[in-house]
Parts: sequence; structure tokens; C-alpha cells
Amino acid sequence: MGWTDESLIIPHLQAGSDAEAITTLGNLLYQKGYVRDTFVAAVLERERTFATGLPTPEIQVAIPHADVEHVIRPAIAIGVLDEPVKFGEMGDPDGTVNVRIVCMLAVTQSEALVSLLKNLVSLLQNPDILRRVVEADATEIAAIFNEQLSNLEEV
Amino acid sequence: MAKLRVLIACGTAIATATHVANSVKDTAREAGFDIETAQCKAAEIRGKIQTFSPHIIVATTPVPSDLGVPTFSGVPFLSGIGLDQLKEELINALKAAAG
Repeated sequence: MGWTDESLIIPHLQAGSDAEAITTLGNLLYQKGYVRDTFVAAVLERERTFATGLPTPEIQVAIPHADVEHVIRPAIAIGVLDEPVKFGEMGDPDGTVNVRIVCMLAVTQSEALVSLLKNLVSLLQNPDILRRVVEADATEIAAIFNEQLSNLEEV
Repeated sequence: MAKLRVLIACGTAIATATHVANSVKDTAREAGFDIETAQCKAAEIRGKIQTFSPHIIVATTPVPSDLGVPTFSGVPFLSGIGLDQLKEELINALKAAAG
């Protein structure tokens, strides 16, 4: 088992705004039973207050998420935007990031979260992998993420 | 010497803060510092300053500039951009806090 599967991936996500991208991915997680009906609104609210765009090298990403109480079981939904969408920059109220890949995290507090985040961050900082992701189909994207996110290094 | 205390603040105090807390601990350990961390939501920072008395704050959200505690952006631990500089600044701040 992995953190994502092809049914949670939209390889050619069309969105005119960060809110639209979040709503589409969040509804997908809701339809598949991973999150509660409060999740999308909670992610949108959090994104407005604390943006999650990351100025990663070359291909930029966002990691919208919400508090654990909106999550039923953990999963990651991924959208690759054909046309980048502006997200606010994490930690910088005036900054924006042109995001190509949106990784929506539905996580619960657990031991596994620590290694998940460590692996996810190293994935998102690796332009070679992100270049493969933006060219891949849903099955390939799920395989890339599950392989990278299951790396067990000693912590 | 008593442990230095580092407060980690983020929007939800779960996803990013957990990774940032581990990264700050690793950075401190490599520089020979044993630190204690606490995590909180951005809105809880002022209260946590009272109860936890942090020497340093690392936040992945914008924070007020009048906290009276040296504050750093933890975003480079997530983006990788500016990471070496952040680590250097953190180590310098730990050294200063250690006296």
C-alpha cells in the first residue's frame, strides 16, 4: 500500500486559481472517502491565512492541507497543472509562487508522518523527479510518489 | 548547560512543523547543540513564549516582528532554497543564546 493511487491523481489539472485547484483535488479526496465534508473549506481557509506555495528549484509546488480533524484516513492527492497557477508563498505574506504541481496532504498525526514528510520534502526538492512527474500519466505519477515516499532511511 | 529551547510554529502545527522540528534538531545536533523543541500553531506563539520561554523561534508562517525572540523562517527546510544560509544563521543564534 502507498500514500496515493492513480484515482487520486489529475495529470492535466485545469484550474484558473489556487482555490479552484484546491477545490478539485479536495473534492476528489472527499468522494473517495479520505476526508470529511469540512475538509475543502478548511484547506481553503488555511491557504488564505497560511499559504503553502514552495519556491522549490525549477518546478514549483504547493502542499495545501488542513487540520487532522478533517481527515478520515491519510492520503495524498496530486494535480499537475498544464498552466501554472499562482499560490501564496509559505512564510512570506507578499510572495507568490507559480505552481505546477499541487500535492494535497490529508494526514493524521502518526509515527509514519515523520518519515512521510522527510521523503516528501526530498522529493519536492528534486527537479529531476519533478520533471518526470509533469510528463507522466496518473499511473506513473502514483508509482513515482509511492516509491519515493516509502523510502525507509534511518531517522 | 541547560538545553536550548526552540519553538516551531506553523499553520496547523502538524504537517510542516513536524518536519521542520526534526530538521532543526538535526542541524543543532550537527553543530554540537542538544535542543528541546515545542510545536504550536501560529496563533499560539505569544502564549507559548510565556510557557515555553524559547531561545529561538522557527516559523513556516509570517510572524509578528515584536515577539522579542530571534525568529527565523523555516521554509528553506521545505523548499531547499537558502537552506545552507538558514542553517548557518540558526547555529549562530544557538551560539549566541548559549552565551
